[in-house]
Amino acid sequence: MGPTDKRNLILAFESSCDETSVAVIEDGHKILSNIVATQIKSHQRFGGVVPEVASRHHIEEVTLCIKDALTEAEVGYDDLDAVAVTYGPGLVGALLIGVTAAKTVAFAHNLPLIPVNHMAGHIYAARYVEPIEFPAMALLVSGGHTELVYMPAENEFEIIGETRDDAAGEAYDKVGRVMGVNYPAGKTVDEWAHQGHDTFNFPRAMEKDDNFDFSFSGLKSAFINTTHHADQIGETLSKQDLAASFQQAVVDVLAEKTQRALADYPVHQLILAGGVAANHGLRDRLASDLASNPTTHLVKAPLKLCGDNAAMIGAFANVAYRHGVFADATLNADPSLEFDWAADSAK
Amino acid sequence: MKILAIDTSNRPLSVAVLDDSTVLAAITVTVHQKHAEYLLPEIERLLGMANLKPTDLDRVVVAAGPGSYTGIRIAVTTAKTLASTLDIELVAVSSLATLAANVPVEGALVAPLFDARNQNVFAGLYRIKDGVPTAVIADAHTNITSFLEAVTEYAEPVWFLGDASHFADLINTTVSAATPKISPWLNLPQVATIGLLGQEMAPVKDVDRFVPNYLRLTQAEAEWQAKNPNNKKDNDSYVEKI
Ligand SMILES: [Zn+2]
Repeated sequence: MGPTDKRNLILAFESSCDETSVAVIEDGHKILSNIVATQIKSHQRFGGVVPEVASRHHIEEVTLCIKDALTEAEVGYDDLDAVAVTYGPGLVGALLIGVTAAKTVAFAHNLPLIPVNHMAGHIYAARYVEPIEFPAMALLVSGGHTELVYMPAENEFEIIGETRDDAAGEAYDKVGRVMGVNYPAGKTVDEWAHQGHDTFNFPRAMEKDDNFDFSFSGLKSAFINTTHHADQIGETLSKQDLAASFQQAVVDVLAEKTQRALADYPVHQLILAGGVAANHGLRDRLASDLASNPTTHLVKAPLKLCGDNAAMIGAFANVAYRHGVFADATLNADPSLEFDWAADSAK
Repeated sequence: MKILAIDTSNRPLSVAVLDDSTVLAAITVTVHQKHAEYLLPEIERLLGMANLKPTDLDRVVVAAGPGSYTGIRIAVTTAKTLASTLDIELVAVSSLATLAANVPVEGALVAPLFDARNQNVFAGLYRIKDGVPTAVIADAHTNITSFLEAVTEYAEPVWFLGDASHFADLINTTVSAATPKISPWLNLPQVATIGLLGQEMAPVKDVDRFVPNYLRLTQAEAEWQAKNPNNKKDNDSYVEKI
C-alpha cells in the first residue's frame, strides 16, 4: 500500500444519553471495535433516564471503554488519524463526559478532534449496510427526535419536517408506562402489537396536513383516555390490541409523511435510523411502501446499530475528516444542537 | 517529577504545572464558569509556557470534590482520562482540603465550606500539621448550623474559607472564638499548593474506576434507596457492556 492508501482510523466517542460507547472505525465503514456500556438497568429503577445519574455512570465507564475499544481493535494511539465525539444533541451532563474525555485524548496524543452531530451519526449507521448515495432522505425516529432530513450531498443536512411535540420513542415509553411496561418500552409494545389488532382506531395526527411535521401528543392522550375510561368502568382491555392500535397509528403517520416527502424530494435512498428504527412494524411498513418505488430504495440502519453507539459516530466522522471539519480544545457540549431547516421549508 | 494540578470544583478554575517543588506556571480564574470550554485550553497554554508536552507529565493532581457536580466531573474526567491515556499517576485531593492548604499557619484550624443552598454546605474541618491540612472533621454535606456547632466545640480560632461570607452572621453568632480576618485571595483555590502536596501523596490505585467525591446521592437514588433499603448493590453493577 502506498501512503495514500493508508487506512483512516478514528477513535469515536458517544455519551449523549444512557450509553457510554467508544469505537475504532476504519475508513468510515468498517467496525474494528464498538464498545457499548449501557445504563438501562440503572435507570429502570427510576422508570426513565435520570440525567445526573447518567452523567455519573459515564464517568465510571469512559476510560474503560477507551481501553477496551483499542484492545479489541488491536490498535494503539500511533495508528489513529483522529478522535471524534458526539457534542450534541443530548443531555448536557452526559454529553460533557464524552466531549471532555475525547478532547483530552486528542490533546494528549496530538490528534485532530472531530465534532459530530449525534443525528448525523444515527443516519450514518446506514453506512454499515451500503454506501450512501445522494441525494438521500432520512427518517430519524428515536426517544428524543422524530424528523425527516434531506441530504442533497455529502455532509449536507436539511430538516424538512419534525415532531411538534413528543418524539415517537417518547410516546412509546409513555403508553408503555400506562400498560405497566418499564422503560424503554419500545420492544415490548412492538412485540404485543404483532399479537394484536388495530381495534381502537386512534387518531392519526396531521396525516393529511400539507407539511412534513409530526405530532404524537393527541395519539398519546387518546390512548390514555381510552385506558382510563376502561379502568373506571372496570373493563379490561387487551394489551395486545392497545399496542397494535397505537403502533398502527404511529406507523401510519410516519409512513404517510415520508411518502409525501419522497414525492417532493426525489432521492436515491430513504434511510431509516434512530432507536425506533429497530421497530419491526415500522421497518416492515416502509419496506412494503418502498418495494414498488422505482427510484428510491430503503436502507434500514442495522438493528444492532439503531440504538446509541460510537460506531455510527465514527462512520460520519470519516466524512467530516475528509471535509476538514475539526474542533479545537474549546469544544463544548451543545444539548440542543440541530441541523438547519431546508431553505424552502416553512417552519 | 512533572506535575499538572487542576481544580474546577466551583466557579474558580485553577491550573498549575510543577517540576518537583518548583511551580512553573499557575493560574486561577473566576470571571466565568465555562470550565468545559476553558479547562483544556488553559492546560495547553500553561504546559506550552512551561515548554512541556502532555507526554512529559508524570502525575496529575486533581481536586476531586465536593463541589458543583458539573465542575468536579470536568476536572475528574480530564484528570482521569489524561492519567489513563498517558499511563501516568493520578492523585486525588479533597476540594475542601485544597482551600485549607491556603492557610500557611502551623497548627491553625481551618474550616473551608461551599454553599450547597438551603442552609446546607459541603464542609470539613482541617488542622494544619507540618504544613499539610489534616482532616479533623471529615468532609460532609451538612446543615450549616450543625457544622458550626461541631466547630465551636474546639473553642479555638477558626479560619473560615470559601463561601463563609454567605453565612457571616451565623458564624459570628455561633462561633465564640475570634475568627481571623481573611484576604479574599484565600477563598480561591490555588491549585499549585495541592500540586506541591500531591507529590508526597499516594496515587489512586485504579485510575479507570476513579470517580468524583460527590458526597451526596442524587435525589432519584436517595428516594430509591429509601424505598429499597435492603439493596446493597454497587452503583456500577447497574451498567453492563452489550
Ligand atoms: Zn440517539
